[in-house]
Amino acid sequence: MKVSTARILCLATLLCAIGCQNAHSAQTIVVGSKIFTEGYVLGELAAQTIEASSPPVPVTRKLGMGSTGILFQSLTTGAIDVYADYTGTLTEAIIKNPQLKSQEQIQAALLKLGLVMSNPLGFNNTYALAVREKFAQDNDLRTVSDLARLKSTLRAAFSYEFMDRADGYPGLAAKYHLELNQKNVNRMEHSLTYQAIDQNAVDVIDVYSTDAKIRKFNLRVLRDDLNYFPVYQAVWVARKAFVDRYPAQWEALRRLEGTIDENTMLDMNAKADIEKKSLAQIAADFRGAQARVSDSLGGGIARRTLEHLSLVAISLVFSIVIGVPLGIAAVRFRAAGQAILLLSAMIQTVPSLALLCFLIPLFGVGTKPALVALCLYSLLPVVLNTFTGIRSINPRHLENARAFGLTRRQILFRIVLPLASPMLLAGVKTATIVSIGTATLAALVGAGGYGAPIVSGLSLNDVPTILTGAIPAALMAWFAHGVFEFLGKFLIPAGLQVRT
Amino acid sequence: MLKLEHIYKSFEGRTVLSDVSLSVPHGVTHALIGSSGSGKTTLLRLTLGLIPFDKGYVKINDQALLSFTPTEWADRIGYVPQDGGLFPHISGRQNVALVPGLRNWPAARIASRVEELRALVDLDPAILERFPHEMSGGQKQRVAIMRAAMMDPPVMLLDEPMAALDPLIRSSLQQELKSIFQRLGKTVLLVTHDLGEAVFLAECITLLHEGRVIQTGTYRQLLLEPADPFVSLFINAQRTLPDVGAVA
Repeated sequence: MKVSTARILCLATLLCAIGCQNAHSAQTIVVGSKIFTEGYVLGELAAQTIEASSPPVPVTRKLGMGSTGILFQSLTTGAIDVYADYTGTLTEAIIKNPQLKSQEQIQAALLKLGLVMSNPLGFNNTYALAVREKFAQDNDLRTVSDLARLKSTLRAAFSYEFMDRADGYPGLAAKYHLELNQKNVNRMEHSLTYQAIDQNAVDVIDVYSTDAKIRKFNLRVLRDDLNYFPVYQAVWVARKAFVDRYPAQWEALRRLEGTIDENTMLDMNAKADIEKKSLAQIAADFRGAQARVSDSLGGGIARRTLEHLSLVAISLVFSIVIGVPLGIAAVRFRAAGQAILLLSAMIQTVPSLALLCFLIPLFGVGTKPALVALCLYSLLPVVLNTFTGIRSINPRHLENARAFGLTRRQILFRIVLPLASPMLLAGVKTATIVSIGTATLAALVGAGGYGAPIVSGLSLNDVPTILTGAIPAALMAWFAHGVFEFLGKFLIPAGLQVRT
Repeated sequence: MLKLEHIYKSFEGRTVLSDVSLSVPHGVTHALIGSSGSGKTTLLRLTLGLIPFDKGYVKINDQALLSFTPTEWADRIGYVPQDGGLFPHISGRQNVALVPGLRNWPAARIASRVEELRALVDLDPAILERFPHEMSGGQKQRVAIMRAAMMDPPVMLLDEPMAALDPLIRSSLQQELKSIFQRLGKTVLLVTHDLGEAVFLAECITLLHEGRVIQTGTYRQLLLEPADPFVSLFINAQRTLPDVGAVA
């Protein structure tokens, strides 16, 4: 029969995609990184260092993986092997004991969690407060203490992490008596705070002391005269299992200890942020090596297309397999139906980043939580359209089918689903197009896809890189639209086809 | 033959049918007539086995409805819903072949039965390949009759077969229906609110009012020996056109 052949074809395609998805988990070392320029540079440096070590081991780069929490989860679940972090972050966000000061104490505490920390790489990238140079001169600002004079009118933009960490704004305000007017404190994505201060929308922002944008936007870093900010020495953090299994590679990374001072790091960051040099080139320059031949633009896009497509396709299969029966159940059981619809609508309101964070403890990092999140997001259009599609069927058709002696099952498959199919397919189409957009967030948990260049482009403020993800994503959505038009011709019964 | 014996049905404490009995001998066309709210739709639905009833029996050839599965019952009673009730997503032929297909009839048997009935209802073969929204009202009715007759049920049940048709088509289709019923030779129960239609098509009429059978008989009996003043009232109410004298 025509309809079932088409269904089988669809399913087969999706199963192929699942197969491809699982194909690339061979023996490689996975390097992660935080989601700002320095994280990317250090991640690439680690990756090249491991690739150049002997015996050579292939490296998978999962750079730009969101916040400390996600990276820590990734390390403990084995989704990544090593990344660069800072001592201050480790004591505050992971060990959750800011009293630990000495390197040995931190290393011992991490070891209990199955993690190994290297000695410092040589620079201290601590939080700092920065103001426009002109603003500093006008108000004679040199230290953080000087800001207290202006606290009633001072406008600030702080990153989310800085606002929420005990060693961020809350502690700073207490120590320096710098309680700003709440109305004047904006929480923003970190890379956007520079735009905000540059356009004179705010007066003070939090920065990382080695951030190249300090130079680019001509900001003055205020001295931490009360020594409030903890020390943020850059170090490698690795899984114990990785160190045991690849001692030569770990040694190679440790040879970088003490070799990167603040100026060197600021310089590398500036090359990435301001000169827009490739990460591969910057890391290679530092190592005095030839730049690795990176993925060609086409090759990179092809790989990401496959990643993105399988994320969307697999999550879609699950949301159909779960969503259609839920939609049917919602019609059949009134009370439960309302609960189902409400619940799937509520899921839709959870911000995607928050949803990913909830899912990490349950599913780890990488493809799994991304798939679950996507599946949950595409549930509402599938459930709602199944429900509405079935409810809009003339009840006389259902009664007639019963009078002709059709069983419940026959009524469902011969009458109800075919009659609801235009609506149902529209729901699946909406889900697909929403998924193609939402799947870009999967990069934050290391699942790759078009989100990877978008996320790294955003944090490197690099529009062309953003476009290498954004344009294919838009094209894929457009393509999906066409595919569904075509599928409609097969899956919607001929008697219900819209005549043109 | 179709027999309804002492049927009672109440719904949310309200009596809808009370002691309704009806007997349609083999090969006879019988009309069940009543205004809206008379209980005729309820009677139709319970005869089809769609809703339960409180007391009484529905029997075909002396076998009670309750002794069959819904599917077995459906094969004994060919149903023609109002306006034909064809499923809109499949063609006329697919509508007709739906039930025998589900009963695993071989394709050749379905095809020959379709052809036999198509000739009987005198339908252009091309119409069968159309979708319901591409058919006229009369064509839909014929396809619906074919569908109802496919399993060769002893009884046919028609719900307001003419209600949605325009008057000209109505009168020509009435003729057609009458001869189709004759050719099918089946026991037919016709549910309608239109006395003219009932008189034209049926040998015998049952008038239902407020859930009770007021009278069963031929039109002549209803007209000349009304069992209740309501019978005359009902008949007179249906004479809507004034005669020539009144117009002048």
